[in-house]
Amino acid sequence: MELPLSNHRRMSVDEFDTRITLSHAAKQARERGYANFPIIDVDSHHFESESFAEIVKYIEDPVVRQLLESSTIAGYRGVGALPAGLGYQDYGGRIMREPLRRLERTEPKPHRDITLTRRWMDSMGVDIAILFPTPMLHLGLHPQVEIEVALSYAYNRWLVEHVLAQEPRIRTMLYLPFNDPTATYRVVKEFIGKPGVVGFMVTSNRYRPVHHNDYMKTYALLEESNLPIAFHGAYNWNDQSMLMVNRFISAHALGFVWYNLVHLTNWVINGLGERFPKLKVLWIESGLAWLPFIMQRLDNEYMMRTADAPALKKLPSDYIRDMYFTNQPMEKTGDVALLETTFRVIKAETQLLYSSDYPHWDFDLPSVIYDLPFLNETQKRAILGGNALRVFGMEPPKRKLAVMD
Amino acid sequence: MTEILIGKAASFEDGGRRIVFHGDVEIGVFRWEGKFYAYENLCVHQGGPACEGLIMHQVEDVLAPDRTFIRQTFSESDVHFVCPWHGYEYHLTTGECVGDQRLKLRRYEVVERSGEVFIIAE
Repeated sequence: MELPLSNHRRMSVDEFDTRITLSHAAKQARERGYANFPIIDVDSHHFESESFAEIVKYIEDPVVRQLLESSTIAGYRGVGALPAGLGYQDYGGRIMREPLRRLERTEPKPHRDITLTRRWMDSMGVDIAILFPTPMLHLGLHPQVEIEVALSYAYNRWLVEHVLAQEPRIRTMLYLPFNDPTATYRVVKEFIGKPGVVGFMVTSNRYRPVHHNDYMKTYALLEESNLPIAFHGAYNWNDQSMLMVNRFISAHALGFVWYNLVHLTNWVINGLGERFPKLKVLWIESGLAWLPFIMQRLDNEYMMRTADAPALKKLPSDYIRDMYFTNQPMEKTGDVALLETTFRVIKAETQLLYSSDYPHWDFDLPSVIYDLPFLNETQKRAILGGNALRVFGMEPPKRKLAVMD
Repeated sequence: MTEILIGKAASFEDGGRRIVFHGDVEIGVFRWEGKFYAYENLCVHQGGPACEGLIMHQVEDVLAPDRTFIRQTFSESDVHFVCPWHGYEYHLTTGECVGDQRLKLRRYEVVERSGEVFIIAE
């Protein structure tokens, strides 16, 4: 494969192997003794678009199926089935695993996604990973609600049968077609108890308020089932506000926080924490710096405008502290005291769950948590695995599941 | 002080690089515009293989005299290598991190003698 470089140069690459590119991660895992405790990764990804031909076969609507099958014809790029995110996640090819992924060799069985996922999990010392799609993170922006419903339902069925049922180390919080509240409820109802389904996930980049009455039935079902709901951040460069920013770094830095800020604010101010006190709510891939910000903003204004949020019986930040968060992409470049304060105010030792987001461009290794100078060993192990085991009601693995050298 | 033989200078393509091992330490050796540079292959960010990534020139904003933006271009002289894990960039000739020059890769002296290239390691 020829990678384009600056000033008309090119670089030829013939092979790629996850285990080689992550050899330093494996070394970290050995040096830090990850073999001695479980690591649960609560946000990782595969590229479901590479299995699109398999997935579309699960679409029940014959017209939608035929439409989307057209997009799977090899080499044919005339069909845009997904509202693909405009952006440059691979940083012009600098994040080499993205363009080179297609060079990686796998055996015909198990499914390629299982093999690739096991390879990075073993390299990092991750025992159990919660896997999410990639292009479908933008599916909530599809103008045709019926396409979101049909495609996500097909994906969910395909994922359960071809991946989750075949590899117990891989789990998921299943995609909810949130633009259709009835279909959302139906998905929860149907997939509870399916292999590897440990919760349900809403892609945040969409325009549906989480406090709408249409969703109460679903929240009640999730609460009753003791299954968490997650909001997975994502950007949308076509959002009216984001149309003002001209670089991918800006659209990404703001976008991955923006929608979760809106949804979390609606969740808190509309008293959903009071209405569903036992429902576990998890916020994914917005980093951590947004949390002290929104806690302070909401508390400050709530004290002056309690009548705007009459359902609340405590400060907004107290409801936020009842929620759960993943670390990635954890803001590591600033004053470490700021990070330490953030960990304290969100009660990280019980509320924070490790996530890598691998293989995406801004992934976090377990060492991002393990090497923090202000955490003790117990706190590190809780964030890297123990908290997730508790939140998802998973049995602690009896032995290390990651195959470490 | 240990001298590590890397190979014959003539076998190094300009613009190429090699990763060599000295015990547990990985060292990236670059040849760029006829000169050799060597750094520990360990990104200051999360420990990625910084020396194994793309070699890219600095992206520059081109401004008009009235300070309006015209376009972007690649520098002709300021060249970086980029950690393939997350994109941290390093000046190829100094090992300094482009985003924060207080951060640097460990640098090794490289000597050429009788047509052969050596790294000086401790």
